[in-house]
Amino acid sequence: MHKFLIHRSGDHLGVATQDIREGEAVVGVYMDDDSIVEVVAKGNIPLGHKMAIESLETGAAVIEYGQQVGITKTAIVAGDYVHVHNIKSARW
Amino acid sequence: MTQLYGYRRENGTVGIRNHVLIIPVDDLSNAACEAVAKQVVGTIAIPHAYGRLQYGEDLELHFRTLIGTGSNPNVAAAIVIGIEENWAKKIADGIAETGKPVAYFGIEGNGDFETVRKASWKAKEFVQAASELVKEPIEMKDLVVSIKCGESDTTSGLASCPTVGVVVDQLVDAGATVLFGETSELTGGEQLIADRMATPELREKFIKTFNDYVSFIESQDANLLGSQPTQGNIAGGLSTIEEKAMGNIEKTGTRPVVGVLKPAEAPDGPGLHFMDTSSAAAECITLMAAAGAVIHFFPTGQGNIVGHPIEPVIKLTANPKTVAGMREHIDLNVSGLLSRELTLASAGEALKDVMVRTVNGRMTAAEALGHREFALTRLYPSA
Repeated sequence: MHKFLIHRSGDHLGVATQDIREGEAVVGVYMDDDSIVEVVAKGNIPLGHKMAIESLETGAAVIEYGQQVGITKTAIVAGDYVHVHNIKSARW
Repeated sequence: MTQLYGYRRENGTVGIRNHVLIIPVDDLSNAACEAVAKQVVGTIAIPHAYGRLQYGEDLELHFRTLIGTGSNPNVAAAIVIGIEENWAKKIADGIAETGKPVAYFGIEGNGDFETVRKASWKAKEFVQAASELVKEPIEMKDLVVSIKCGESDTTSGLASCPTVGVVVDQLVDAGATVLFGETSELTGGEQLIADRMATPELREKFIKTFNDYVSFIESQDANLLGSQPTQGNIAGGLSTIEEKAMGNIEKTGTRPVVGVLKPAEAPDGPGLHFMDTSSAAAECITLMAAAGAVIHFFPTGQGNIVGHPIEPVIKLTANPKTVAGMREHIDLNVSGLLSRELTLASAGEALKDVMVRTVNGRMTAAEALGHREFALTRLYPSA
């Protein structure tokens, strides 16, 4: 059973559809083509919060929905909990 | 599909509710309006905080919103009460253009007692006449539907907003009119909306409208984190305005945008229209109802509980925690989309079913709970 969903192939982030525990190996489903990916969570990720499925450098564009939704404030590795502590708006 | 029934008004518009509305022109007239609404069963007063010393475009918006609310086809008849009779008359005259019964009263020189006495007689007459109106068969194309989400979280963009998007496409294809807004909440996805404008003129008008709104926000030189996105958005997992915008845009479906409207401006035909509005729930719905919207789809994540005095607000959520903790506010649970036990097509059918039942008279959660938020938008301070 999947524990997170990814809007589109190429997105950097997945959204937890159940609470995910640190160290857990979890399956995610890409909503555009139903393919799956498995990632080991590096933090606790509550339902609705996001996990990186790709690693990103500091200052990199963050892609979700196939669009840029912000930039990284720090380097991020796959499995990291992603929220306002490590990404920010590129607009305001 | 089940037959829809509605009230065909004098000017050809179609309502799904049959309210007699008591409209204060200004803050000073709230007490008289509320007294009439208490005296005469079946009337609704819409108290608000403004209407004095406004001028220019801000005053025009005030009049457009109050005239538009009284003109909404969910309203059978209206009574307008103002401290000054001439402005009450101005609003009543605007509503009278629809052909529906309307009366106005000024408080100056009469006081609250005499005003409430005269207005109550008229309200009783209007309510009894309205109670004899009968719903007739209507079609999907007769509906003006508004959409706006609130206290969004990531489940909004994954599930509840796409559910609305499915139904919006079906409504547009059936010839209905759909309004969306939330200007600032398109930030990061404004290009996607610009690209859906039906003509180059509309595209230009949209880009100017968007840039004007966002320039004003930026000119305040404030940190918007916690305001837009809100504390609730952040608690629900949304990290940036762009991410919130992408979820928001999901609910607009995929059809071309055929109108760019000023706040509270009525659309001139069917199809999907953008309206320049605040992203605050009550303000946005108030402006859309003033433009003639008779039913609203409201996807929520963390649980916004907004309603409106005359426009039924249907609430749907995909967040199972919100379904569990705030059940009395939720009309449709689409959390099955997160577990993938539910398909988007069947979620859309479920929302359409709630829409049909609401059109035909079923009270929404917000109606049953007495949520009647009426919030006027101000463009700048009073003189």
